[in-house]
Amino acid sequence: MAQDLKKPEGGPAMRRSAFRRSRGDTPFRFVSTGAGIVLLAIMAAIAVFLIAKAVPALQANKANFLTYFDWTPNATVPMFGIAVLAFGTVVSSFIALVIATPIAIGVALFISHYAPRRLASTLGYVVDLLAAVPSVVYGLWGFTFLVPLMVPPSKFLNTYFGWIPLFGGDSVVGRSMLTASLVLAIMILPIIAAISREVFLQAPKTLEEAAYALGATRWEMIRMAVLPFGRPGVISAAMLGLGRAMGETIAVALIFPITFNISFQILSPNGNSIAANIANGFGEANAIGRGALIASGLVLFLITLLVNSMARLIIARRKEYARAAA
Amino acid sequence: MAKQIEVAELDAYYGSHKAIEGITMTVEPRSVTAFIGPSGCGKSTFLRTLNRMHEVIPGATVQGKVRLEDQDLYGPDVDPVSVRRTIGMVFQRPNPFPTMSIFDNVAAGLRLNGRFSKSELNGVVEESLKGANLWNEVKDRLHKPGSGLSGGQQQRLCIARAIAVRPQVLLMDEPCSALDPISTLAIEDLISKLKTEYTIVIVTHNMQQAARVSDRTAFFNLAAQGQPGKLIEMAETSKIFTNPTEKATEDYITGRFG
Ligand SMILES: Nc1ncnc2c1ncn2[C@@H]1O[C@H](COP(=O)(O)OP(=O)(O)OP(=O)(O)O)[C@@H](O)[C@H]1O
Ligand SMILES: [Mg+2]
Repeated sequence: MAQDLKKPEGGPAMRRSAFRRSRGDTPFRFVSTGAGIVLLAIMAAIAVFLIAKAVPALQANKANFLTYFDWTPNATVPMFGIAVLAFGTVVSSFIALVIATPIAIGVALFISHYAPRRLASTLGYVVDLLAAVPSVVYGLWGFTFLVPLMVPPSKFLNTYFGWIPLFGGDSVVGRSMLTASLVLAIMILPIIAAISREVFLQAPKTLEEAAYALGATRWEMIRMAVLPFGRPGVISAAMLGLGRAMGETIAVALIFPITFNISFQILSPNGNSIAANIANGFGEANAIGRGALIASGLVLFLITLLVNSMARLIIARRKEYARAAA
Repeated sequence: MAKQIEVAELDAYYGSHKAIEGITMTVEPRSVTAFIGPSGCGKSTFLRTLNRMHEVIPGATVQGKVRLEDQDLYGPDVDPVSVRRTIGMVFQRPNPFPTMSIFDNVAAGLRLNGRFSKSELNGVVEESLKGANLWNEVKDRLHKPGSGLSGGQQQRLCIARAIAVRPQVLLMDEPCSALDPISTLAIEDLISKLKTEYTIVIVTHNMQQAARVSDRTAFFNLAAQGQPGKLIEMAETSKIFTNPTEKATEDYITGRFG
């Protein structure tokens, strides 16, 4: 091949095109490679910086970082542990996910398969808009509006369903794990709904018609053709929502009562999360306190990384499935 | 089981676009009726009005009458879902449900109709797969995904799925156009076998196929692009292919078209 290209007949033209290509290519390759290297270098620098800040704090820690319940890194004897914060992060996000996902699927299905076209596009637009609202807005709304509003239903749940451990406890407040989870749920609902709608709209028309032709009602058609097709997409949308809920700072920082005990009583004044703890504590932290907060941030990073790689795994499986169906 | 279809003065629209106009015909029971005609003349559209699949498309509407024996399919109190259970359909591209096994694909329609015991389901699935000449090829892998079959097998799986619910009529829209000659032959054999039990309507672009499998043939045409398609002539297949009444039919089947 290489010999062929050097044949004299093709000479001038070949050389010209090769010349032109290299003139366009070299700077571009240079710029893109450079950008990639710079990006990696910046990320590495950030990681090194964070770890360098976190390690001294972890070394100064007189308690077990993984199991200790309290967070007093600024004291003369610094003691802090991630347990309560990680618990609060995971539980509040998980409850939010359980609340948000079914509603989001319902909204997405309504937009993709039930609503008349006009209404569907309006609603789709509204959902996209909601997905773009900054989280601080949800946080402020939750704090000023939802917290007082949640008191009566929480009391009701506690009185009549208190025998379920989740709703048990002696004191019931508005600033609870449930309220925080609810705000998180409202916050992640639009993004889950928006992605699910996209996925449902892509359900193959041929499969929908196959279901209809068998005498399926619309709901039966959705169960036979749309949901099985959309399931992996919905799962990865939910994972994305979960990641968002976990990393959320302001909304939960405003609502969580900031306590340091682990409790499944989601109506009582308990709750904290990694992100909320960072937002609340960074201002008055000393050097070790900051290092401790950075260490907790790295843990949060690990948890979200885990969630995201799970989502990627599922998306990859979906691709395989799509190939099998084609 | 098999029933006659009578169509009178049928128009079908996509939004404000009239795709077919004034179609009147009778489809005989226990026989194969072929629809032929140039692309875009409305064969698929007309076929889909026969089991109320046309209206699944947003904005699509129908005017006129379709009767299945003594029942008006477009009557005010007729549920399109039940019409589709009585009149089955096979599509141009094989479309088994990719997440379902072969067994579940065939059982899908039955499961919509209500509760069946396991042995009942087994019986119907076996019978339908045998009816679709597919049983011997898949009996050892009933619980493998249907998407793992060849195109021709998938199409026969779709036919098995359609006949599993015991329809009275089977509509097929170019069922062989995505298949190789051997699979096509297998499906044509199957059609000849099925017509003893079902009323069959098949759309095809393949003149030889229409001549081979059908008892009666309907020729559709459209005056010009953008005009609605019309039924030009319908008669015994032998007559259409040897001695058609209309000049347009003769031109089309002899390939002197357009
Ligand atoms: N979903 C749709 N929306 C709008 N117009 C449509 C739609 N499907 C078909 N049409 C129009 O209706 C007319 C008839 O189409 P139809 O598919 O019934 O033709 P056909 O005879 O089946 O053609 P072919 O032989 O290519 O399958 C065409 O003008 C086509 O553009
Ligand atoms: Mg067609």
